[in-house]
Amino acid sequence: MRRIVTATVLNQSGVLNRIAGLFTRRQFNIESITVGATETEGVSKMTFVVQVEDDRTVEQVVKQLHKQIDVLKVSDITEQAIVTRELALIKVMTTPQTRAEINVIIEPFRATIIDVARDSVTIQVVGNFEKIEAMIELLRPYGIKEVARTGQTAIKRGSQRFVSESKQVSILN
Amino acid sequence: MSQNAKTTELKVKNEAVTRTEPMNGADLFIETLKNENVEVMFGYPGGAVLPLYDALYKNPIRHILARHEQAAIHAAEGYARVSGKPGVVLATSGPGATNLVTGIADAMMDSLPLVIFTGQVATGVIGSDAFQEADVIGITMPITKHNYQVRSMEDLPRIVHEAFHIATTGRPGPVLIDIPKDIATTMGNAEFVDELNLPGYQPNFKPNSLQVKKLRGALAKAKKPVILAGAGVLFAKASEELLEFVGKMQIPVVNTLLGLGGFPADHPLFLGMGGMHGTYAANTALYEADLLINIGARFDDRLTGNLAHFAPNATVAHIDIDPAEIGKNVPTHIPIVADAREALKKILSLDFEAPQADEWRQKVQKDKEENPLWNTEDGEGISPQSLMRIIHNVTNGDAVVTTDVGQHQMWTAQYYGFNKPDQWVTSGGLGTMGFGFPSAIGAQIAKPDKTVVAVAGDAGFQMTLQELGLVAELKLPVKIVIYNNQALGMVRQWQETFYEERYSQSLIPVQPDFVKLADAYGIRGYVVTTEEEAEKVMRETLTDNEPVLIDCRIKSKEMVYPMIAPGKGLHEMIGVKPQ
Repeated sequence: MRRIVTATVLNQSGVLNRIAGLFTRRQFNIESITVGATETEGVSKMTFVVQVEDDRTVEQVVKQLHKQIDVLKVSDITEQAIVTRELALIKVMTTPQTRAEINVIIEPFRATIIDVARDSVTIQVVGNFEKIEAMIELLRPYGIKEVARTGQTAIKRGSQRFVSESKQVSILN
Repeated sequence: MSQNAKTTELKVKNEAVTRTEPMNGADLFIETLKNENVEVMFGYPGGAVLPLYDALYKNPIRHILARHEQAAIHAAEGYARVSGKPGVVLATSGPGATNLVTGIADAMMDSLPLVIFTGQVATGVIGSDAFQEADVIGITMPITKHNYQVRSMEDLPRIVHEAFHIATTGRPGPVLIDIPKDIATTMGNAEFVDELNLPGYQPNFKPNSLQVKKLRGALAKAKKPVILAGAGVLFAKASEELLEFVGKMQIPVVNTLLGLGGFPADHPLFLGMGGMHGTYAANTALYEADLLINIGARFDDRLTGNLAHFAPNATVAHIDIDPAEIGKNVPTHIPIVADAREALKKILSLDFEAPQADEWRQKVQKDKEENPLWNTEDGEGISPQSLMRIIHNVTNGDAVVTTDVGQHQMWTAQYYGFNKPDQWVTSGGLGTMGFGFPSAIGAQIAKPDKTVVAVAGDAGFQMTLQELGLVAELKLPVKIVIYNNQALGMVRQWQETFYEERYSQSLIPVQPDFVKLADAYGIRGYVVTTEEEAEKVMRETLTDNEPVLIDCRIKSKEMVYPMIAPGKGLHEMIGVKPQ
């Protein structure tokens, strides 16, 4: 199953290496990692999308991350009210005939063309995982030359009131 | 470890900030060690640590010069294990640091508090494949609790203070500090601040009352309770509390390999060690229990056997300072994240109702009486089991005993009978050959008045025997007992049992004359071939104040029993009865 885990970490040298190494060593499969600054200086936030077999594995992911000295907080936010976003750059082959069609396809996705060449365009799209997957599928028949994706980053919604029983992996009991 | 006392002390000292006189990084390094009350360190010099050793020359702290860095760190592990204080290690960059790797991994697996300093090439050339450069931070990241590279001389006091705190609190472990050579020669003023700022490291000591209440309920209902006591009991100094708890609840106790000594072996409710070479009574109790209370053990695979058959009917309660161990291997119903001593104190304060388990106690007692450990009577050579009984008798069961890994380790665990904490030093998790002898040196340095017996196999001893030089130099009265079967005994046992007696590379027909070898270092050596001889030599030499090496020719084909084959459950022991 796919889980989204976030961690706030101190910006110490080697922290990304430390955490990536932990995933490899414990055989946790990572689909994506994003890292970036937060509102607090010296603190970064990482978002991991992991593929795990069961609840016990995701519990281990959370606990092992939490055990790192440079990690401040870890949450499995998969079942909370969250917003996830990813940015993708997609280079698609074009001919004079298909260019207009592609424009029509990407418009509902609120994607934009950011680079145009004689035989290709590069499209930028922002959205959740499913939206990006859907757009790539629609563009595939035209011939995709290259895709670059950032991986997902996530944030909890300001209001958590209407969330169904959220699944929490507790660190301390 | 009295975690709370430490915290309070830190709070009281919070305000103190001391600014040093201008000095170089190396002198500052010595000051930081003195600030942590380091009495002894184990190390080996080299190019990148020349400034540190020069500072040590001018401002001495006791330094034990091992003959190989691996031995230095194993000695530090032995020191930490029996003293409860952090073991401090100093080695140079590159090969010095890589020679420490086995010991660091060993300490990580067995939760031993170490603070390791490695030299590094100068900051300007890091990353250029300079002479004796190795990426020690990268290499040791997965085998340390934490590691640091010092990037500025002013950071040194803070990093060292944090390292000692991290190594010794919570679940103890090794912390490494890599010091580039130019940091050691930089002049400056530095500040000593007692306050710790580690927002990501806040180990939880006190048990959660809700979980403790659940344990109370489970105990009241239990008909077949058993306690599994691990090394956490020793680290938390909780053996008295455990004894009191067992006295009140009358629950049988099983020890893990590393937990031996945390509960008296001669206690009527002690069932022995559990696991691959555990006793019938211990393994059967773990298998049949309806309530399993794990105190400070990590459900290692050598203990649990096949997880699918582990304690299948038990409610599992697990007290552990490391939350990541709870539920890692065995699903846990009552998780208690706490220091073992704190948890037991809390439980004792609540006057739990003892479980109604008369029938169960009679049953496990019967298992214990009817299925004692046994050994073969015939065959040439000393019975290794009887040899361990002799060592026990000669030392009154009061010695510090260290081992490597393998058959001699299991016989020691089965037969020495550890009644008190901090007597037992062995390589459990990593299973390191060559560990026993150097760790005995560290243990002897920590406890100069104790009898320290290094039990080693003939093969393992040859991995670190160069430390005879250190023993001779320091005139340490370490007693080396070689269980000599001219083989890698445990490898040979597995090849006999699972590989149709194809003894591939496990027999060592050519060996040094160990007596002459000892003699070369000016150490007494004996070779013994019968139990009578062994007893006579041991009575003469094990309790005096001189080092000795005793080469004991044991039965070469003796097996360690009982045994659980890989993939089998605790109820599938073989060799329970004499064959």
